[in-house]
Amino acid sequence: MRPTPRLLAAILLAVAGCGGPFPQTTLAPRSDLGVAVDNLFTNIFWWAVVVFAIVEGLLLFVIIRYRQRTGGGPPSRLHGHTVLEIGWTLAPALILVFIAVPTMRTIFATAARAPEGALRVEVVGHQWWWEFRYPELGVVTANELHLPRGKPVQLEMTSADVIHSFWAPGLGGKRDLTPGRVTRIAFTPDSISEYAGQCAEFCGASHANMRLRVFVQSDSAFRAWAARQVTAAAVPPRGSLAERGQDLFAHGACIACHTITGVPQARGTVGPNLTHVGSRTMLAGATLPNTEEWLRRWITNAPYLKPGSLMPAMPLPDDQVAALIAYLQSLK
Amino acid sequence: MKSWLTTTDHKRIGQLYFWTALGFFLIGGLEALVIRAQLARPEGIGVSAEVYNQLFTMHGTTMVFLALMPLSAAFFNYIIPLQIGARDVAFPRLNAFSYWVFLLGGLFLNASFVAGPLLGAGTLSVAPDAGWFGYANLTSRQFSPGPNVDFWLLGLQILGIASLAAGFNFIVTILNMRAPGMRLMRLPVFSWMTLVTQFLVITAFPVITVALVLLMFDRFFGTHFFVPSGGGDPILWQHLFWLFGHPEVYILILPAMGIVSEVLPTFSRKPLFGYTVVVYSGVLIGFMGWGVWSHHMFSVGLGPIADSVFSATTMLIAVPTGVKIFNWIGTMWGGQIRFTTAMLFAVGFIAMFIIGGLSGVTHASPPADLQQTDTYYVVAHIHYVLFGGTMLGLFSGMYYWWPKMTGRLLSETLGKWHFWLTFVGMNLAFFPMHFSGLLGMPRRIYTYGAELGVTRLNEISTAGAFLIGISVLVFLVNLWWTRKRGEPAGNDPWHGATLEWAIPSPPPVYNFTVIPTVANRLPLWQTEHHAPMAPLPATPPAPIHVPGGSWWPMVTAVGLPLMAIAALSHQLWLVFVGLAVVIAGIYLWAYEPFEV
Repeated sequence: MRPTPRLLAAILLAVAGCGGPFPQTTLAPRSDLGVAVDNLFTNIFWWAVVVFAIVEGLLLFVIIRYRQRTGGGPPSRLHGHTVLEIGWTLAPALILVFIAVPTMRTIFATAARAPEGALRVEVVGHQWWWEFRYPELGVVTANELHLPRGKPVQLEMTSADVIHSFWAPGLGGKRDLTPGRVTRIAFTPDSISEYAGQCAEFCGASHANMRLRVFVQSDSAFRAWAARQVTAAAVPPRGSLAERGQDLFAHGACIACHTITGVPQARGTVGPNLTHVGSRTMLAGATLPNTEEWLRRWITNAPYLKPGSLMPAMPLPDDQVAALIAYLQSLK
Repeated sequence: MKSWLTTTDHKRIGQLYFWTALGFFLIGGLEALVIRAQLARPEGIGVSAEVYNQLFTMHGTTMVFLALMPLSAAFFNYIIPLQIGARDVAFPRLNAFSYWVFLLGGLFLNASFVAGPLLGAGTLSVAPDAGWFGYANLTSRQFSPGPNVDFWLLGLQILGIASLAAGFNFIVTILNMRAPGMRLMRLPVFSWMTLVTQFLVITAFPVITVALVLLMFDRFFGTHFFVPSGGGDPILWQHLFWLFGHPEVYILILPAMGIVSEVLPTFSRKPLFGYTVVVYSGVLIGFMGWGVWSHHMFSVGLGPIADSVFSATTMLIAVPTGVKIFNWIGTMWGGQIRFTTAMLFAVGFIAMFIIGGLSGVTHASPPADLQQTDTYYVVAHIHYVLFGGTMLGLFSGMYYWWPKMTGRLLSETLGKWHFWLTFVGMNLAFFPMHFSGLLGMPRRIYTYGAELGVTRLNEISTAGAFLIGISVLVFLVNLWWTRKRGEPAGNDPWHGATLEWAIPSPPPVYNFTVIPTVANRLPLWQTEHHAPMAPLPATPPAPIHVPGGSWWPMVTAVGLPLMAIAALSHQLWLVFVGLAVVIAGIYLWAYEPFEV
């Protein structure tokens, strides 16, 4: 946790006209990476403010002082001055040194890989959702990244289709996910909190709907979450509505794209893994709350909510939809 | 009518460029207003995601290739021969060819808004929708199956031909057609910056052309230059695109810097401060502009060495840019400043360009850029540079040279309304974008959630955008109103120093009754070193031959969009028709009798 909000952040938030909260702000970083970037930006920002004040001030002075007046003398004949030219070449160059040195330092400091023993998470971008895989823990989930506080994290990222960019501003800067390459970003989250983020590289029709959540938890809460995620899917009670839903799921179109561990038919990998979908807070690329109502709308008409979605509209009878919802919600 | 279609007169071609580019500027502006209307509220539902993506793609493409570049070209055409004391450009028919190719390329691109049914698409509009930067592999046939990206890549190839032809034409014109005595270091700064710009055009456009040809092969012939599943590399596209794209930024800004360097001395009644330094800075910017392209790619993860190098080169380019700004302020220092509308726009250019330059320095630093890139912070930056910079500079040029082009002054009253509405509007529209970006709003999103907390900022931006819209209407009224009622300009309404002010407004078809001999940088001014040039005779002492028009530049130009249409509709025979038209046009053009 950072001690006090920065002056800069305070000014900007005041200008924004309301007190927030700003879940996606870049100005309240909660990781070593984010803090390093923010310190650098603050440094450059104040240099920019100083230069702005001097140059715009000079400009204002000149246009007021030398405006045409009646009876004013002839204009000055000065049309060049070698010492001045050298001066205003060197001055900006000098200021840039003060910006460049911390920049280079930060580049190398933030480019380092996470230390041994860091938590590795593989991030795979899809049009338009995020797949998060924890290879050491055997966890596979979507759109909601869980991380333990205070432990270094190494994200190893690639894309299944086009270029995306992972951006959770509260935890640091973005990094592109490029098909055929693995890109990396490392940081250590320092506060227990929930962070919003979204894809930052234009990736097609629903680029705006490719959002994500990061939950930074205490170590014990994270371990409890991970332990539950590796279990097979919940088996619905006999005769329940959820059981009917499971039957519909296992013998319907859903299995073409979705995996549910414990349901042998459901092995699709085009869409998100739904083994524990009921434990997530959001649906549809973290754009919709995971409630009965939104699930119903999502199942029946996904392309309406997420233009270009690969999941087709499914005009199922109401009772079947209700059964599917009951089943999905039971997958805690 | 026929005389306009066949014209090879640089002044007429300049006017054609102006009106055509103004038309495209209005289209691009309308696209911007729809975008801003959509973003005024969270969860905007004015247009669909697909249409929104077309709008921002076409807004960027239109403003860069169909509005700002050709508006600059209008001034190159009209003013350069006058400034250097020539009767026309070096290759007048090639000049006409450039214009027609530009017009047809622009129409081709915009036809995509209504071409859907003709191409069997399910929607009316099949406009390009992958961004003006067209990042691979989103542009591959797999992820963009429709004709949208085809329109984009074919349209840009057509426009590239127009730019290249004009580039060579103006380089030869400026180097070879100068009046006697006009040495390079006596060249007006606008002509100098045009020269640098054209060298950038002829070196940068081949790069984008290669990239577009590779993309065309990927899409039409199943190659895999940018397709990772076939062993290609989408990052290669980014390198090629920005290797063109960053020099392109200077192609857009240098002409405006040239205009401002003409306007400030005239209305300060002082020669440009540090002429030599301003010229060399422009040349230096032209060279350095080639070494910074990867600063558009810091989020790719090119590694710390590459990031450091491109960061350093990018910061360095701030030095010659800053030097120019100081020299402009030095020009006004000690002057007698007349605040005509042209001067207001020129001073506005400096004030706004400083902001764009400073925000540019903040993302020259890669770690900081990782929070800023692809957010509205960068949208703010480019609009301070390209609207606050280039567009204000171009408006300044319009008020400055309009009397020369039409013989009538624009209204100063309407002009001042135009300036202040633009100035307030642009700051309302673009300044809040710095904050919406820093608060986490990415670019190129058709919708955002209310929980982001940026609603108020977006409302202000939208209000500002519509204010800019109103200011443009005022400008149009000004153009219309002064058409007949504007004050007559005379030869030299501003007491300018350069050759274009030595001749009538509008200039006669032959420009100069006799080609003047130039002895210094400010031929029309009295300075401590020299007296003004003697007035030119009112009528030509000897008959002046003026070449007649030619149909062949236009005919040749028509062949190019025919080939593009052929590619779009997959009609091989039409490719050959287009090719035949181009070859026949060039042949007849080449063998056209010189004396018409």
